[in-house]
Amino acid sequence: MSTLKLLIADDEAPARNRLRDLLNDIEGIEIVGEAKNGKEAIDLAAQTKPDLMLLDIRMPLMDGIEAAQHAQKLEPKPHIIFTTAFDAYAMKAFDLNAIDYLLKPIRLERLQTAINKAHALKPLRIEALKPLLKMRSHLSIHERGRVLLVPVESIIYLRAELKYVTVRTIEREFLIEESLTHLETEFDARFIRLHRNCLVAPNFIAGYEKRNVANGEEDGLIEQHKEQSKEQQWVALLKGIPEVVAVSRRQQHLIREA
Amino acid sequence: MRKNSRLPNLQNLGIHLRILLIVNLLAAITAVLFSKQLNEFLPLLAELSALVQPVLLISMLGLYIVHPLLNKLNYWQGIVAIVLLEIIITSIFFIFINRFFSFATIPSTYRACLLVAIVTSIVLYYFYLQQRAYSPAIAEARLQALQARIRPHFLFNSINAVLSLVRSQPKRAETALEDMADLFRVLMSENRDLVPLAQELGLCRQYLALEKLRLEDRLKITWQIDDMPPDAMIPPLILQPLLENAVYHGIEPMSEGGEIIVIIYTRHKELHILISNPYAPQNTHHSGNKMALKNIKERLALHFDLEAFLKADTKNDRYQVHIRLPY
Repeated sequence: MSTLKLLIADDEAPARNRLRDLLNDIEGIEIVGEAKNGKEAIDLAAQTKPDLMLLDIRMPLMDGIEAAQHAQKLEPKPHIIFTTAFDAYAMKAFDLNAIDYLLKPIRLERLQTAINKAHALKPLRIEALKPLLKMRSHLSIHERGRVLLVPVESIIYLRAELKYVTVRTIEREFLIEESLTHLETEFDARFIRLHRNCLVAPNFIAGYEKRNVANGEEDGLIEQHKEQSKEQQWVALLKGIPEVVAVSRRQQHLIREA
Repeated sequence: MRKNSRLPNLQNLGIHLRILLIVNLLAAITAVLFSKQLNEFLPLLAELSALVQPVLLISMLGLYIVHPLLNKLNYWQGIVAIVLLEIIITSIFFIFINRFFSFATIPSTYRACLLVAIVTSIVLYYFYLQQRAYSPAIAEARLQALQARIRPHFLFNSINAVLSLVRSQPKRAETALEDMADLFRVLMSENRDLVPLAQELGLCRQYLALEKLRLEDRLKITWQIDDMPPDAMIPPLILQPLLENAVYHGIEPMSEGGEIIVIIYTRHKELHILISNPYAPQNTHHSGNKMALKNIKERLALHFDLEAFLKADTKNDRYQVHIRLPY
């Protein structure tokens, strides 16, 4: 049997030490990484390609549940075992969906069994985690064999294209394959819909102004609406980037409220 | 310190508020009984008040002053003393106004004394009943039910942290287990009576030592307690659950951790306790926080009635709980 590559994630150093102690007592295992939160775990996993990830549920920055979801984009897809000291709600959901988890303090035998089983584990049914997932803290983007994590708070706008959604941060753009409607529901508290195809983070809106869009010297965003708007149209100015976002007639009450 | 019956705390604002309400209610009822028509009611009430309020206010002041002396007596002696005091205050007051004013409607001093004795008895009986309703059995049951419960999350994580030390640092593991034993001894005991502030703080330090074990440098604590009176008596487990909240909601969700600030001081014979922690709005999970606060509020009310208060608010990215107690 080849060695099993394993990654552990827990925000508490003593918990990681304890897990390491236990794993050292088990044959055929190599710990390829230790992470302090979900984000670190995903970044590390992308480099070290573990077969199995032991994820604590409650971690700062990104919790284990969200990390497990992003981990589904990794190649090869790692097996996931959750660890928790006490989370009645999550434990119930795991039991219902036959998702593997270990209760802290973890016993050697339980850990051993879980790892032995890991080879035969069914792939994680990610939809089973949905009820446990609060708003994601990051979006994961698959790009040239890597997985990039974009913090949701750095996103200026989300704009629906034909098949994709463009994610715009100050630095650059990303493409994700998710529906804008789903994103709107999940990040309800974070973005407002300024236009049929665009969700904008209010804290990145610098102001609104009326522009003569028919001339069309604006690039990208605004050009698509040229036909509908031969006259002046309201646009939202954004902090940090020169682009503007058109405000559809139906959403113009937002300007008055601003 | 359990006694079957105790005199009401006559230096408590809530008690005086109740005395004021009961006596005025009785006056109002009397006015209703003696007014034949609706328009007679208010003049009659005013007339009654002119006699009732001075006696009432003088009595409340008098009782407030003699309260420490009354406390030395047993329950029945105390009751007799209060009724006698009332009669004395009333007779002096009536002799005084009979000499300097002449109202036709003023009752004789004897009648006034009798009425005052009856009203005093009614008020005392009310407090007796109220005490029966709250104590000992019922208050005890309520306090028991309100007993602070430690989060299982904390228990299991701490055991886990101690386990991680057993192999490498057995000495530290020993200390940690001792701290845990002390903490749980208090948590599991019957916490009915007030304890000195210094004792509660000792417990808090042990609790925080355990949390420090898990969270290491992420947990920073600043104590501003130089003006703290160590002998102030507070209900047990008032501070520890608040610190637990601060750690759970303020420190654990932060990858870099944060600082918990504890400020304790006295002002105007009152003890102020302020506990604050960093606040991350996106990390508001569970309603456990509200439960603990409600629990502490109820226990403060059981012990101090209206004289204690608890306020929680968010200011400048920090969440702060402010408790004020009589000292």
